[in-house]
Amino acid sequence: MAVAKPASPAASRLDGLTRPPGGGWLGAARDAALSRLQGMGLPAPRDEYWRFTRPADLNAAAPAPAAPVESAEAEALYDGTDRLRLVFRDGAFDAEASDALTGEGLEIARLAEAGGTDIHWAADLYGALEADGQSPVPRPFAALNTAHATDGVLIRATAAVSRPVEIVYLHEDAASDPILHHVIRVEEGASLTLLETGTVGARCNTAMEVDVASHGAFHHIRDQGRAHARRTNTHAFARLGGASVFKSFTLSLNGALTRNEHVVAFTGNDATAHVACAAIGDGRQAPMHHDDTVFITHDAVNCESRQVFKKVLKNGAVGVFQGKILVKRGAQKTDGYQISQALLLDDDSQFLAKPELEIYADDVACSHGSTTGAIDEDMLFYLRARGVPERRATDLLVLAFLAETLEEIGDEAIAESLRQRLSTWLDRHAG
Amino acid sequence: MLEIKNLQVKLEEEDKQILKGVDLTVEAGKVHAIMGPNGSGKSTLSYVLAGRDGYEVTGGSASLLGEDILDMDPEARAAAGMFLAFQYPVEIPGVGNMTFMRTAVNAQRKARGEEEMSSAEFLKVVRARAKDLQIDAEMLKRPVNVGFSGGEKKRNEILQMAMLEPKLCILDETDSGLDVDAMKLVAQGVNALRSPDRAFLVITHYQRLLDHIAPDVVHIMSAGRIVKSGGPDLALEVEKNGYGDILKESA
Ligand SMILES: Nc1ncnc2c1ncn2[C@@H]1O[C@H](COP(=O)(O)OP(=O)(O)OP(=O)(O)O)[C@@H](O)[C@H]1O
Ligand SMILES: [Mg+2]
Repeated sequence: MAVAKPASPAASRLDGLTRPPGGGWLGAARDAALSRLQGMGLPAPRDEYWRFTRPADLNAAAPAPAAPVESAEAEALYDGTDRLRLVFRDGAFDAEASDALTGEGLEIARLAEAGGTDIHWAADLYGALEADGQSPVPRPFAALNTAHATDGVLIRATAAVSRPVEIVYLHEDAASDPILHHVIRVEEGASLTLLETGTVGARCNTAMEVDVASHGAFHHIRDQGRAHARRTNTHAFARLGGASVFKSFTLSLNGALTRNEHVVAFTGNDATAHVACAAIGDGRQAPMHHDDTVFITHDAVNCESRQVFKKVLKNGAVGVFQGKILVKRGAQKTDGYQISQALLLDDDSQFLAKPELEIYADDVACSHGSTTGAIDEDMLFYLRARGVPERRATDLLVLAFLAETLEEIGDEAIAESLRQRLSTWLDRHAG
Repeated sequence: MLEIKNLQVKLEEEDKQILKGVDLTVEAGKVHAIMGPNGSGKSTLSYVLAGRDGYEVTGGSASLLGEDILDMDPEARAAAGMFLAFQYPVEIPGVGNMTFMRTAVNAQRKARGEEEMSSAEFLKVVRARAKDLQIDAEMLKRPVNVGFSGGEKKRNEILQMAMLEPKLCILDETDSGLDVDAMKLVAQGVNALRSPDRAFLVITHYQRLLDHIAPDVVHIMSAGRIVKSGGPDLALEVEKNGYGDILKESA
């Protein structure tokens, strides 16, 4: 990792930031993150971990303008599902639009108000999972996030929470540049579903630290919106206790730059982690670049990890996948599966993939695969020979290609909402 | 119904002529069978009629109900009444069989300016037709042809044909891979659809299917041409003596 010199453009990202208010444990965690960040510097263009995705837009002092498109859509997406909604408008919490920060089996607080308080569980976690996730690969934007996040939610689930919590992002300001940091603690035997919906800002940096205690379950379903010029940089750090479950699904439409990093560590035996993403982009109106970067560390016995990443790209859209499964010595009976695939709808689009397995245990079953392909001509002809018009037939095959990712969503109503959203996108991007 | 005149077809990618002047007229209400040695061009003829890519028509014409079809998209031909039961039905993971059939039925109706079928109506009809072909509900739910046995795939083709109610049904070796009972089911499915304004072109190697679907005319195809046409007896002759004599006399 090259250290950015103060004179380099990278430094300007930091120059533009001021330290958010709030002392106590939060202040201390920010100080620690800041020194981590100073130690590693921001990513330089020649950084191996940023080989396929240029960090320049994320390093720039100010975001490129991004026209908002879909606030109303984000609000209406899951109309059929009862949920507790927390609304951030360009990164600023909107109390009026949000539900009360209370729910059965839940403790919810805002990061912006947490500094002076004594929320032990959050104090123990904030920046801690991020710091753990800095090795072996540094993630400077995550440290930047811990140091500079202005708000976010702290959620603790102490029981099986049936009503999902939804963080709704409304993007209205074409120059917004929010930094948000969420902390989730799922206690022993508890469960929580968290929805994140919408474009966070013109450019955003969000981080989430998720600590799932033994026998706990956390489900994360994210729709990143469809703003074309958005620059989205996210990190999710998860630490999994014994027999716990972590499932994260992301749907990403368009986006000039999206970089989603998942860093998952198994610390207890018999746990399960599934990470999936369906990304779809059409470069005709605006550039589209989507990067999924995943790092799974198996450091416990008999854990299962499954990663399913699929991208549909056209008109010069670019997809990136960097996925690593690290199985440490002693992590026997590990079951690791990773698939990353791209469906290129034309010759202009491209998919760059770097799947990696690093295994130090001898009794494991790990597999990974990465493919790039076009629409299957035989399937297309079969559909057309039955009278399905070419465009509709192509859409059906696109949805079929992505289906394996959507199957990772446990809740059928939510999955159907997202399927619908994909279909609408396909209608809009016909031809 | 179907009128093919001196149809000549070569492969697009290679300099290989496959159909070397096919003449064939199938009248409404009739069942025509095509037999012929492996590689003689039977499937190629069916693909070219259905509109598959990869072939170049170098001469001749083909029309369905008086309309020239060779320049039409496959979906337009389907809407005009063309149906091909594939020799090798394609598996489509991720697309449900029901979704597929309903999409196809309604796409054709829409193309013809007819009213689309409601979900409820579609469900009722598809269940009844599936029952006739002994296709269980489980198979309707699965992705198109995925994990279907050879015989199940063929029955699924006939189910699609029953749902789409085409004008011209081309069956390319629908009998191959079928057990005796499935053969009867398929034949019943075909016979149920026989009507004065529908025609069938049945490609087969065996007399067995023709026992159940009595053809009006039998054609023998060889090396890209129809070399002999006759009544049902012609199929019996092939069954008994093979193609040797027929090919010799036509050469
Ligand atoms: N795409 C292709 N590429 C190369 N050769 C082809 C292609 N399609 C057809 N052919 C050739 O054209 C000839 C006719 O093939 P076709 O499949 O039409 O025969 P068929 O009469 O249906 O045979 P069968 O009874 O075995 O099904 C064969 O020699 C075949 O190898
Ligand atoms: Mg054939």
